[in-house]
Amino acid sequence: MPLISPNGGNIAIVGASETERVGVVPDMSMIQLHADAARRALKDAGLTPADVDGIATAETQVIEVAAMLGIRPRWMDGTTIGGCSFMAHVRHAAAAIATGQASVVLITHGESGRSWVGMPNYSMNPRGPDGQFEQPFGAIAPYSLFTLPALAFLEARGMGQRDLAEVVVAQREWAIPNERAQRRTPVTVDEVLTGPRVAYPFTRDMCCVVTDGGGALVLVSAERARDLPSANRAVYLMGSGESCESVLVSQMDDLTSFGSFRRASAEAFETAGVTHDDIDHAMFYDAFAHLPLYMLEDTGFVGFGESGAFHAEGHTRPGGRLPINTNGGGMSYTHSGMYGMYAIQEAVRQLRGEAVVQVPDMKLSFVQGVGGLFWSAASLILSNQAP
Amino acid sequence: MSIGPIPEPTPETAPFWQGAAEGELRIQRCIRCESFYFYPRPFCPKCNSDEVEWKRVSGRARLSSYIINYRPSPEFESKDPQIIALVTLEEGPRLCTNIVGVEPEPDNLRLGMELQVAFEPRGDQFLPVFKPVRI
Repeated sequence: MPLISPNGGNIAIVGASETERVGVVPDMSMIQLHADAARRALKDAGLTPADVDGIATAETQVIEVAAMLGIRPRWMDGTTIGGCSFMAHVRHAAAAIATGQASVVLITHGESGRSWVGMPNYSMNPRGPDGQFEQPFGAIAPYSLFTLPALAFLEARGMGQRDLAEVVVAQREWAIPNERAQRRTPVTVDEVLTGPRVAYPFTRDMCCVVTDGGGALVLVSAERARDLPSANRAVYLMGSGESCESVLVSQMDDLTSFGSFRRASAEAFETAGVTHDDIDHAMFYDAFAHLPLYMLEDTGFVGFGESGAFHAEGHTRPGGRLPINTNGGGMSYTHSGMYGMYAIQEAVRQLRGEAVVQVPDMKLSFVQGVGGLFWSAASLILSNQAP
Repeated sequence: MSIGPIPEPTPETAPFWQGAAEGELRIQRCIRCESFYFYPRPFCPKCNSDEVEWKRVSGRARLSSYIINYRPSPEFESKDPQIIALVTLEEGPRLCTNIVGVEPEPDNLRLGMELQVAFEPRGDQFLPVFKPVRI
């Protein structure tokens, strides 16, 4: 098989599905959420588990997912770098397909984040870097860790707590008509600011929901995609990037700008050969309200200090010039713990023209993931145009 | 601060915790490139040199960022709000810590404010926490 580039549209997502239900699913265990999503994504592609020769997942052992589905793979990827693992899997799967190491790759996610059915016990390691240098100070739950650099980011730009609330209000607009979304009530900036306190400067609605759910993707070469019943709904990988920094939030190179966002997104744009002006839609992994602000600036869509006003002026809302988090995002739609899979799913739905709130004339979507608590990042640029 | 998670030193981090138990903040410094670095490891993450040493540092720091955690994790006995902070030592490295000696109100916490280390017992260890120099 001749070598092809993993970018430039040579590899296609031909199957994509979330679990039948997301939100509160107490009757399904973690592994069954994987399996439900996987079988739906394969059906969406017009394929079966017997066609799959490559498999990837995060946190859960890839072996467990393969065994559950009766798959005997020749390629595996268990990359676990936090919630953006699935963006990295897409990138790795594309490389595997491009080099002939796999022909049909299944990427799965399942997480009983709310009901905690069939999940491993939560445990801390007092000997790890976090166990020694973060957890003793109370920096344990994501809301007390991921949020830590936010004030430094805001103050460096003359921004403030209202800018966090503007992100919530903008994204909620996308969630209101979406029956699968957890938070669908319209909110104002003042209502967000006066909501229940979680970790100053963050109030409740600036933090993601906690849900059960899953999702899966099926990737093949663009050449093979043409022969599948899902051919006219294929979504092509144009460019990608990934990077990491530290497992300790305190050791970010810069509290006010995340290097992994800059590095991963720069490589995604470079490999895709497109510019920011070409992008019609973006998914910015939003476990908390400051993340879309960092991402807008670090990935180069707006300049330093412009991310707050960009939200407040409505550019990210329905009808705006860069629709962002069009499912409502992790803060309003769903967030089982590793949100990255849902961000990719929404990008695919938008590019297929199948989203609940559809952005018109979609051609290119940019997907920015974050892993852990400013640990890592991965970026994808996806297209609905056959190469 | 009331009882909470207790750090368990490893061979590489033991001098840091030994220093804390003796009331000293000890940080590693690279002899070759002369930079202080954190967290502990027996080589320099900037220039990869093995020539590194433990130094007692001033304990002076500035507040770089913080949150006021209104929902302390179940590992903590007290449900009082915690000031969890990122502070930058005069010598350069940044630490995650708690700010003590002030009420947990945003008005009491100005980014850039001067801080001084103090040590609080936690199980069989002592944690480096920071107090505002001026209140």
